[in-house]
Amino acid sequence: MTPLLQVSHLVKEFRRGGWLRSGGTVRAVDDISFDVRPGETFGLVGESGCGKTTTGRCILRLIEPTSGQVIFKGTDLAALNAGDLRRARRDLQIVFQDPYSSLNPRMRAGAIVEEPLIIHRIGTREERKARVAELFGLVGLDPAQISKFPHEFSGGQRQRIGLARALALNPSLIIADEPVSALDVSVQAQVVNLLQDLQARLGLTYLFIAHDLRLVRQVCDRVAVMYRGRIVESAPANELFTNPAHAYTQTLLSAVPRVDPADRTERIPFAHEAYQPMALREVAPDHFAAI
Amino acid sequence: MNSTSDAPLLRVDRLRTVFTLPDGRDVAAADDVSLVVSAGETLGLVGESGSGKSVTALSILRLVMPPGRITQGEIIFDGRDLLTLDESELRAIRGRRIGFVFQEPMVALNPVYTIGQQIAETLTVHGLAHGRAARARAIEWLRAACVPDPERRAGEYPHQLSGGLRQRAMIALALCAEPSLVITDEPTTALDVTVQAEILDLLRELRASLGLALLLITHDLGVVAEMADRVAVMYGGRIVEEGPVADVFKTPAHPYTRGLLACLPGSADGRRLTAIAGTVPSLGQFPPGCAFAPRCVDRLPVCDTIPPGVTAPIGVESAGRSVRCYLHQPAAGGRG
Repeated sequence: MTPLLQVSHLVKEFRRGGWLRSGGTVRAVDDISFDVRPGETFGLVGESGCGKTTTGRCILRLIEPTSGQVIFKGTDLAALNAGDLRRARRDLQIVFQDPYSSLNPRMRAGAIVEEPLIIHRIGTREERKARVAELFGLVGLDPAQISKFPHEFSGGQRQRIGLARALALNPSLIIADEPVSALDVSVQAQVVNLLQDLQARLGLTYLFIAHDLRLVRQVCDRVAVMYRGRIVESAPANELFTNPAHAYTQTLLSAVPRVDPADRTERIPFAHEAYQPMALREVAPDHFAAI
Repeated sequence: MNSTSDAPLLRVDRLRTVFTLPDGRDVAAADDVSLVVSAGETLGLVGESGSGKSVTALSILRLVMPPGRITQGEIIFDGRDLLTLDESELRAIRGRRIGFVFQEPMVALNPVYTIGQQIAETLTVHGLAHGRAARARAIEWLRAACVPDPERRAGEYPHQLSGGLRQRAMIALALCAEPSLVITDEPTTALDVTVQAEILDLLRELRASLGLALLLITHDLGVVAEMADRVAVMYGGRIVEEGPVADVFKTPAHPYTRGLLACLPGSADGRRLTAIAGTVPSLGQFPPGCAFAPRCVDRLPVCDTIPPGVTAPIGVESAGRSVRCYLHQPAAGGRG
């Protein structure tokens, strides 16, 4: 199957240090490659600073990658000029973690959802209004709330507004960067279910960036684990969680607190100092590990 | 002044803490909260945002700031009612007899003093050590909290430490006066999962070696399951269920506890999660009856009238357990 998104040898370097001294560069994303297949949910997991969010932003070129290719539907996004990139982004949207800071507090909910349609000059005013009402229905918001401001909504509802905005242009890929981690546990499940319903209805593909391993196991088809800017392991979700091959993946899984005492396992420490980057190799069908 | 063997270390009885809203209305952020922590025991207090768990912790420490105030109840710590003490008596208890660890060590630690100075100052204020001896003890506490290279770290400022190290320093600070009770409010929420595991291990070790009682406030049911002896579940300002953690999580009696456990990833087959409909009510928008009633699949007509009282649960292992739900009150139309 041709991948929808093909990331190859992506690198992002940031300059270290302040304006007084230059301290060289740090590789936030260090030569990573992965494919996302049409219709699947691909999980990118790791702890803070591992480079998962930077990867998501480099794909959209919200941050300019240092080098590498991002092939989306046959076009290298990393090589596009500004105009072509803007057109390509119609098909590739992002949902952010924080529903409190990612919505403009001075805009009404309806205007927030309508904005991408205006920017891309889609439809007449009437058609746009109808589309906004449709999108509100799609994400489970009452269209009567179109003229409310973001602060009048709960966190879960705000995340639905962000999702409606992302869906406005009928994208095929959505990058969801920690889409539920700012929400209460009882509300997380609603938003996760909505994401899955929308995927089934609209044939969406998700790049799901998260730190919550329990959630990733629940929603993802395939998962890549990132550590210090590199992918250390990738596999179908079930395979990764039942047969983790890399020591870091094993550490990560063993650290998750379990509600059921029967699920508890011994904690496996990880020797961060002794870590040496290695190339990925196939350890089982579709299961790659840097060991 | 040590407590006698039977009396619990901490007993909170019918605590009510109200906040005055900008429109002049008084609303109870914690209402009719009763809980007990025995010496050496860990009680997990779980709830979502706005459930009243942090307000309960601040009330115990008498740190509720206006427009909030405690209007009712007793907080008996080691035989004395903290609500009757004056500020200087409280200062001798806070930090000395009751330690606390907050979610954000960056806020709780003073940015202009080194970690070592802050621990030494706590020892000095409580008259436990002075001068060079206090500085040496500070380094020992950092070592006890598994801070690597404690001699060097003691001379560093909070911003120089990573999140995990900062939380370790916060724990050293909370424990240095050897309190008998430590209140931790979301101590690992801001941390990565592997760092969280290390901090929880550290708390477990120190709890055992120092014989600490712990009031562990968190929204993470997994953390409670691994750390606590008993659990109290809060919703809408009230404790809705309480009991031994293994029993409560195995056979939850309150529909909210049941829903919370069911919506965790991995608890249902297939990909969909079992969601609780609706949203967590915010302060001032609690309904007149049971706060959970608008989201409850099992609600009875009586649930919308007045909040249910506390009873033993029916139909499950009930030893040491209580629940605040009409389903467990036969006279109200429950299961009985």
